Amino acid sequence: MAVTRIDRRFEKTRAENRPAFVSFVMAGDPDETTADAILAGLPAAGADVIELGMPFSDPMADGVAIQLAGQRALKSGMTLAKTLAMVERFRKIDDETPIVLMGYYNPIYIFGVDAFLAEAARIGVDGLIVVDLPAEEDDELCLPALKAGLNFIRLTTPTTDDARLETVLGNSSGFVYYVSMTGITGAEIKNRAAVGEAVNRIKSHTSLPVAVGFGIKTAEDAQLIGRDADGVVVGSALVTAVEQSLDAGRSTPKTAEAVHNLVRTLSQGARAARS
Amino acid sequence: MTEAMANSLRQGPDENGKFGMFGGRFVAETLMPLILDLEKSYRAAQNDPEFLAEMEDLRTHFAGRPSPLYFAERMTDELGGAKVYFKREDLNHTGSHKLNNCLGQILLAKRMGKTRIIAETGAGQHGVATATVCARFGLPCTIFMGATDVERQMPNVLRMKMLGAEVRPVTAGAGTLKDAMNEALRDWVTNVDSTYYLIGTAAGPHPYPEMVRDFQKVIGEEIRVQILEAEGRLPDAVVACIGGGSNAIGTFHDFLDDPDVEIFGAEAGGHGVDVENGHAASMTGGRPGVLHGNRTYLLQDADGQIIEGHSISAGLDYPGVGPEHSFLRDSGRVTYVPVTDKEALDAFMACTKFEGIIPALESAHGLAHVMKLAPQMDKDKIIVLCLSGRGDKDVESVGKHLGMAL
Ligand SMILES: Cc1ncc(COP(=O)(O)O)c(C=O)c1O
Repeated sequence: MAVTRIDRRFEKTRAENRPAFVSFVMAGDPDETTADAILAGLPAAGADVIELGMPFSDPMADGVAIQLAGQRALKSGMTLAKTLAMVERFRKIDDETPIVLMGYYNPIYIFGVDAFLAEAARIGVDGLIVVDLPAEEDDELCLPALKAGLNFIRLTTPTTDDARLETVLGNSSGFVYYVSMTGITGAEIKNRAAVGEAVNRIKSHTSLPVAVGFGIKTAEDAQLIGRDADGVVVGSALVTAVEQSLDAGRSTPKTAEAVHNLVRTLSQGARAARS
Repeated sequence: MTEAMANSLRQGPDENGKFGMFGGRFVAETLMPLILDLEKSYRAAQNDPEFLAEMEDLRTHFAGRPSPLYFAERMTDELGGAKVYFKREDLNHTGSHKLNNCLGQILLAKRMGKTRIIAETGAGQHGVATATVCARFGLPCTIFMGATDVERQMPNVLRMKMLGAEVRPVTAGAGTLKDAMNEALRDWVTNVDSTYYLIGTAAGPHPYPEMVRDFQKVIGEEIRVQILEAEGRLPDAVVACIGGGSNAIGTFHDFLDDPDVEIFGAEAGGHGVDVENGHAASMTGGRPGVLHGNRTYLLQDADGQIIEGHSISAGLDYPGVGPEHSFLRDSGRVTYVPVTDKEALDAFMACTKFEGIIPALESAHGLAHVMKLAPQMDKDKIIVLCLSGRGDKDVESVGKHLGMAL
């Protein structure tokens, strides 16, 4: 498939001998206007890649922080169509930073796979992470997405053994997302050394960049994990920053700034990983 | 494949866990190796005489099977039409059909060397059945139950605790069955090595819908033998209530290829299927989508967000349904009908007064449909209802609904 913004961005961070800093925020959290402001400021704050959450009523793989972010977004009236519109607005100000939409399959299925992919490709989405679509269901969205020119980024986990890794990597592109633990987003990483080993094991099977997510909360975490990983992903910590900036559930002038400040700190941690 | 097999409705699912377009394995990668392993273990157990013999022994001596097929004489007279029989799953140990499935799955969990059991529960019947087999086999268990359901099914919460289970109230969402299932999945993803997820209905990712059906289809197989003995022929109709659909698929499966047996599933019509978010009739009021590991009919909004649904019955208060039912709906073989809260309450009282049997509110939904069907049928016709459970757990909340004073 054609080279995407994701490929170009990881080439750049690789050339600079540093891990990419991947920031996850939820579309429409806490409301559309504030989410626009959060998104717009992420690249300047140090985000190399942006994962934009598509809110879903039943986020089975997410911990409380991201569950609440999704609920805030849905309550403010967020829909998949509005999430796509957010990306379209972002692309008018930034045509370089890769955007990966992350979420669950049902809203896409209901939107219509073909219509969704056409719109996503048109407005400049670069990749998809869909938690509840394992390799066994590749016909649903993965293969059509590749045809539409979008990267399909797959999660690999501590339960993915070598034999299965081949299956998982089969139609992967863009990067590989290694889930640092068996667990949900926002939990604690218990064994950091094991994460490094796992990353190097995956790298021996693929030339794709390997990003690590789940449980990275501080600049120190990012620095440590970023030694081996090609990318470090932070999500729960950022949506928690949104939550803590709210006043009675509503955004405040500090909301976007709180997220950007945290991204600045965390991305500096990642940048220091190999220096 | 012979032509009879090619035309059979009893062949599903295919090797990918699909019943037509429904079913599948829509789970996070962390769980994928586990459900592949589960499938392998189930395939081995399925044909292992030792496994089957142990199951048979437990069914006979622990559960008390076969459960009776009972001619509901006064109900039949009252309705003035077809003869009504009850398949007495309420007499199964723990008070519902749920134990049938738990016996099969606990034996499987043991074979797989798992050391901890988790389950979701709505009415608490599956939680009680799970806590029961865990006590019997000495395994610790954690039961996830929506906080709303903890309130309305208090007797079952106490039973679970006495049996040694940890009951974790789930406050996310509306605090009902869907939320309990989300939380159980989150626990499973976290504790993959030790933990067996004992799903309580014929839903979830493959192989659960198939496996739960196989453990429940004893209901229909017994009905066939018992009705042939009692009446010398098959029934004209079988009826069961639908939550996730386990007692129903267990009742229906043996009759799917008998074209003269009409099959009806009673969904939770709540306040009425026209009331927005006022019912849990996913096949009457929903459309196909993907949730909890499978594609099936779901209550959802235009954006694909799942709607909570409502039913007076905690065991039917689920926005989805097992994938095999979605397939049977679209194939036209089974007719799914909504039954309102009010109709279920009336049936609950009728059964109690005319037969001296207090049914579960879930089962009362099936009975309410029988009460519509029977009067329209001739007296020489036969209907069998799966009376899936007993209603002790519901007497307090029904009493409240009916304004009965102590
Ligand atoms: C007595 C009884 N019947 C029926 C149900 C609904 O479940 P299913 O549709 O899986 O049989 C329940 C669920 O709790 C139940 O307790």
